[in-house]
Amino acid sequence: MVSAATVLSSVIGSMLAIILIITYKDGLKPNKYVYQILDTIINIVRSFPFIILLVAIIPFTRAIVGTSIGEKAAIVPLTIAGAPFVARIIEGSLREVDKDLIEAAKSFGASNFQIIFKIMIPEAVPSVISGVTLAIISILGCTAMAGAVGAGGLGAVSITYGYANFDNTIMYGTVLFLIILVQAIQSLGNFLYKILK
Amino acid sequence: MIEISNLQKSYGEIQVLKNINLTINDGEIYGLVGRSGAGKSTLLRCINGLEKYDSGSLKIDSFEIEQHSNQEIRQFRKNIGMIFQNFSLMERKTVYQNVALPMECWGYKKAEIDRRVKELIKLVDIEDKIHEKPRVLSGGQKQRVAIARALSLQPKILLCDEATSALDPKTTKAILLLLKKISETLGIAIVFVTHQMSVVREICHKVSILEDGEITANGTVSSIFLNQPQSLKNLLGDENEELVPTTGRNIRITYTENSVNGRILSNMAQDLAVGFSIAWANVEKYRDGVLGTIVINVDEVHVKTVTEYLSNVGVKWEVIHH
Repeated sequence: MVSAATVLSSVIGSMLAIILIITYKDGLKPNKYVYQILDTIINIVRSFPFIILLVAIIPFTRAIVGTSIGEKAAIVPLTIAGAPFVARIIEGSLREVDKDLIEAAKSFGASNFQIIFKIMIPEAVPSVISGVTLAIISILGCTAMAGAVGAGGLGAVSITYGYANFDNTIMYGTVLFLIILVQAIQSLGNFLYKILK
Repeated sequence: MIEISNLQKSYGEIQVLKNINLTINDGEIYGLVGRSGAGKSTLLRCINGLEKYDSGSLKIDSFEIEQHSNQEIRQFRKNIGMIFQNFSLMERKTVYQNVALPMECWGYKKAEIDRRVKELIKLVDIEDKIHEKPRVLSGGQKQRVAIARALSLQPKILLCDEATSALDPKTTKAILLLLKKISETLGIAIVFVTHQMSVVREICHKVSILEDGEITANGTVSSIFLNQPQSLKNLLGDENEELVPTTGRNIRITYTENSVNGRILSNMAQDLAVGFSIAWANVEKYRDGVLGTIVINVDEVHVKTVTEYLSNVGVKWEVIHH
């Protein structure tokens, strides 16, 4: 569930990020309207507390996967919350790329496509890795909430078998496992950042 | 050849380029100097279309920039290389990959790219660092890589935007000599934007001084130096003038290696029986010659005699006013 949601969020998020970075006022093909609309939508989605978003889009979820309960269904809200988040992170990373480098690329005749894919994205990779690591951990946190609406996963275990059964061992045990998992993901992210820089 | 006539550009209400007229010939090294904000970087960027101009004409070998589509301008940029103050290299790629980048974008064959990259890296003398990343290079080395990259598409013009402003004096000199060598052996015209007059003196044939978007002085480096127009003084500031004595009168004499006989001042002292002190003297290198300045201090009563004498022997002089 976490991996599917992360992958989908990343794919959609990166496409959104690229559109944002191009249409921004000092981007490669500024377009005030596209940027404003996309920017606003992303801000609105990100303002929703996840648990509310989960419930609010139940009809939409049902329309896509046929149900609003269970692991498969949880992927929909996780992606809808995750994609704008990833988009913002990647947009930030791309924006950090040296403006002078982009100007140099224009000066030797690189096309906009080449500037984005041969220069901006490769330069931004370490920063993107850092950001995606953050996103995964965040999505992991959200899945615990998804667990509350029957999505299964560690969150469900913690809440259903631990909290609801007044079994502290299970509840804290799953939390401990989550702590280790998050630490492992973060460490992997840091490691990748270092070797790719 | 670059021909610019009546070029104008405004950002909203503010006019950043006013009536720019200049010509840069093939193989010439041309300096654009001025204070920060004078418009020189903007003018430079109009040459390769990175900035658009509002009116006037900018022709490079009869290619008028504004009359062409973005796609055509992009093609045309193969003829113009550019280097920057902060080098603008890809941090995650090696020196080899950085130099190869333009050729990759234009679809050159791998074997050709390999041959050319090695040739360029040798030209800029950075062979020992070919597989290193920019992070381990010094400023001078990074600029060499940038120069190699800028030359990779065999341009006829090289634009330099404050290319030595971030380098120490010794490294600056090395880079300037490299550029001079490249211009002479490959016949490339160089347009060099800088705020440092010393840079212009080292390699430029001609120079234009820009003030608030206008060209206020124009000509060969030696003539600008000899004539000392007001805009040159504005650029250099008055710091040297503060060192001169406040009694008597100060006369500045300027010379290049051609126009002065080394014994002029002592001859003058003997011929006129006039005493003078040397308030200040400086000799600076200009390409392969010198540009010299001597400020002498004489009593008020002798000024006329001395300046007449100097005119007769053909030396350029100017009485400094306070």
